[in-house]
Amino acid sequence: MLIQHLHPLASSLFSLLAIASLLLSFVMLGSRWLRKYLYAFAAESWMIAGLSAVVGFYGGFPELYLVALLTFLFRGLLLPYLIWRIIRRLQVDREFHLIIQPSTSMVLGGLLVMFALAVSFHVAAAYHLELTVAALALTVMLSMKLIGFLMLAIRHEAISQILGLLVLENGIFLGTQILVPGMPLLIEIVILFDLLIVVACFGVLVGYLLTRVGATSSLELRKLVG
Amino acid sequence: MIGALTYVMVAAPVAAIVGCLVLRSARLSEALNLVASAVAFCCALPLPFLVGDRESLFWSDYILVDRTTAWVVMCTAIVYFLASVYAVGYMRLLNEDARLFQFYALFAGFGATTLAGPLMNSVGIYWIAIELTTLVSTFLVAFEREAESMEAAWKYIMVVSAGISLALLGTVLFYWGGSFVLGPTYNMTWSTLAAAAPQINPVLLTLAFLLVLVGYGTKVGLAPMHAWLPDAHSEGPAPVSVMLSGALLNTAMVGIFRFLAIVESAGPSLVPQLALVLLGAFSLLVGALFIVRQRGVKRLMAYSSIEHMGVVALGFGFGGPLGIAGAFYHMLNHSLNKSLMFFGAGNMMRAYGTKRIGQIRGVAEYFPTTGGLWLAGAVAITGAPPFGLFSSELTIMRAGLQPAFAWAVYVMAALLIVIFVGFMNHFRVMYYGSPADPPIARRLSAWCVGPMWAALIAVLVLGLWWPSGVWNYLIAIAHSGVGAPR
Repeated sequence: MLIQHLHPLASSLFSLLAIASLLLSFVMLGSRWLRKYLYAFAAESWMIAGLSAVVGFYGGFPELYLVALLTFLFRGLLLPYLIWRIIRRLQVDREFHLIIQPSTSMVLGGLLVMFALAVSFHVAAAYHLELTVAALALTVMLSMKLIGFLMLAIRHEAISQILGLLVLENGIFLGTQILVPGMPLLIEIVILFDLLIVVACFGVLVGYLLTRVGATSSLELRKLVG
Repeated sequence: MIGALTYVMVAAPVAAIVGCLVLRSARLSEALNLVASAVAFCCALPLPFLVGDRESLFWSDYILVDRTTAWVVMCTAIVYFLASVYAVGYMRLLNEDARLFQFYALFAGFGATTLAGPLMNSVGIYWIAIELTTLVSTFLVAFEREAESMEAAWKYIMVVSAGISLALLGTVLFYWGGSFVLGPTYNMTWSTLAAAAPQINPVLLTLAFLLVLVGYGTKVGLAPMHAWLPDAHSEGPAPVSVMLSGALLNTAMVGIFRFLAIVESAGPSLVPQLALVLLGAFSLLVGALFIVRQRGVKRLMAYSSIEHMGVVALGFGFGGPLGIAGAFYHMLNHSLNKSLMFFGAGNMMRAYGTKRIGQIRGVAEYFPTTGGLWLAGAVAITGAPPFGLFSSELTIMRAGLQPAFAWAVYVMAALLIVIFVGFMNHFRVMYYGSPADPPIARRLSAWCVGPMWAALIAVLVLGLWWPSGVWNYLIAIAHSGVGAPR
C-alpha cells in the first residue's frame, strides 16, 4: 500500500492538493456567475492533474504522468473551453432563479463535508487508517460527490448542471489517484475520453433545448409529469 | 465456437453502423440494421446451449461468457431483433426519411452496446459500456426533436449520468478493498473480486455495494431513482422504447446481480439483500400508483417496466435458487412481453395520432387482430396465467416465503393485484369505449404486427411449458452466484 509508507512531504502535498480541490468546489457552490464556476472547475482539474503527477512520482507509478497530462489537457483545458463556448453562445451568464442563496448552500455544503468525514472515518477505522491521507482522500471524494449532487439539485441552468456532473466525477478522480493509484491505466484513460463525449453530447443537447424548448433552465422542463 | 459467435454477434451491429453512415440511404440502412439484428439473434440464441459449466474468456480476458452472460445477451438479442423488424414498419410512418440513416446507425449502436455490456469481464469496463449505452440512446430518445423529446433526453442523460457516477464510486471502493488483498495493481474482474471479497472489510464491502446498487439501480429504473424512465420511454420512437425497456434495463440489472454475488461470496449478509428487497417493493408501489392514474399510453407501459424491474430486484433480494432463477426467467418474459406492449402502444399511437389513453377508443372494433394481441399482452404483463410472467412471478414469491422477507411477498401480491385492476381498467376503456374520433389510419403493416405475434407466442409457450433444461440452467446460475435463503 502506497499510503502506509509515505514520505511526510508527499503526504503533505497530497493533503494540500486534495483540500485545495475541495475548497474550489466551495468556490463553485458560493458563486452565481457561470464563468466563475467554470474557472473554479478548471482550477480544480489542474489540482487533480498535479495530484496525479505527485502520486506518480512518490508512488512509482510512471503511467500516472500520462494520466496527469491527459487530465490537464482534457479536463483542465479542452472541457472548460468547450463549455466556455457554449456559455458564450447561449449568452447566459448567471443563475437567474436561485432556489437557495449561495451563502446557505455553502453552509449546506459544510454539513455534507461533515457527513462525508463521519462516513470515511468509519470506513477507514476498519483498516486503521484514520489518521492517514487515505481518510482525507475518502472524505474529499465523498464530499465532492455530495457537493456535486447539491449543485445539481439547487442549480437550474443547463450549464451549471453539466458542471455539477463534472464535479461529481472530479471527486472520483481525485479519490482514485490517492486510494487506488494502481487502478488499471486503461480505465482511467477511457473515462477521460468518455467525459469528452459526454460534454459533446451536452453541447448538442443544450443547442436543441434552446431551439425546441426555448430555454436552458430545467425549471422550464415540466411538460412531462405523472 | 463460443468466441466466434460472440465476436460476430457484436461485430454485426458495428458493421451496420459503419454501413449506415457510409451509404446514407434510408432503405439500405433499414435493411442493414435488420440483417445485423438477425445475425446477432442467430449468434446469441445458441450461446446458452453452448456455454456449459465453465467461464469462457476471450480477447485477452476482456470478454467473459458464462451462463449469466449468455442468458442476458440472449434476451437482448431477441428484443433487438424484434425491435428492428418493427422499426422497419414504424419508422416509415414518421416521414423522416432524410434522417433515417442516422436513426439506424444509432439504433445499431444501441444494439451493439447493450449486447456488449454484459460480456465485459472487467468491472471498470462494464461501467464504461453502460455509460456508452446512455450516450447512444440519449440521441435516440431525442430523435423526434419535439420539445417533449428534448426534455426527456435531457432528464435521461442528467439523471442517469449522475446516478451512474455513484456506481463508479462504488466500483473504485471495491477496487480499493481488493487492493488490501491483491496488492495495488491487479486486474479487476468479477471473479478476482469475488475471490478477494471474503478478506475485504464488511463495512467497506457494504458501502461499496450500496453505492453500486443506487448507481446501476438508476439505470435499471428502480424507484426512487426512476425519474428519467417514464419520460425517456414515452418520448422516444416506439422501437427505442422497446430497446430501452426490454434490453437496456436487463443489461444494467446483470451488473447488480454480479456485485451481489461478489458481496455474498464473502458470506451471507442481510443489508444488501434487504436493500434490494426495499427498492424492489418501493418500485412496485410507485409503479402501481402511477399505473392506476395514468393518462399516457406509453407512460403506462413505462411504469409497468419500473414495476417489473422491481419484481426482478425482489427476486435477487430474496435470493436462493428459486429467487435467482425466477428473476432471470422474469427478465426473459418481461423482455418479450414488454416488447409486445410497446409494439401495440406504438401501433395505436400511430393509428389514432395520440399518446393519450383518453383519446384511444374502440380498439376492439377497429383493430380486432392487433387489438386482440395487445390485450392478450396486457393480460400477460399483469402476471395473469397462463403466460410466462405468471410462472416467474409465482416462483419469485415462493422464494420470498422465508421469515425475513415474508412481508415483502404480501406487499408484492397486494400491489400486483392493484396493478392488474388498474391496467385492465385502462384497456377496458380503450377497447370498449365508443370512439370520439375514429382512427386516422386503419391499416397496419405486417412489419408492425408480425413482431407482436412472435412475442405473444413466445410468452404463451414460456407460460405453459417451462422446460426442465431451462430450469436447470437457471438453477446453475443461482448456484454459481448468490447465497442461500435465510
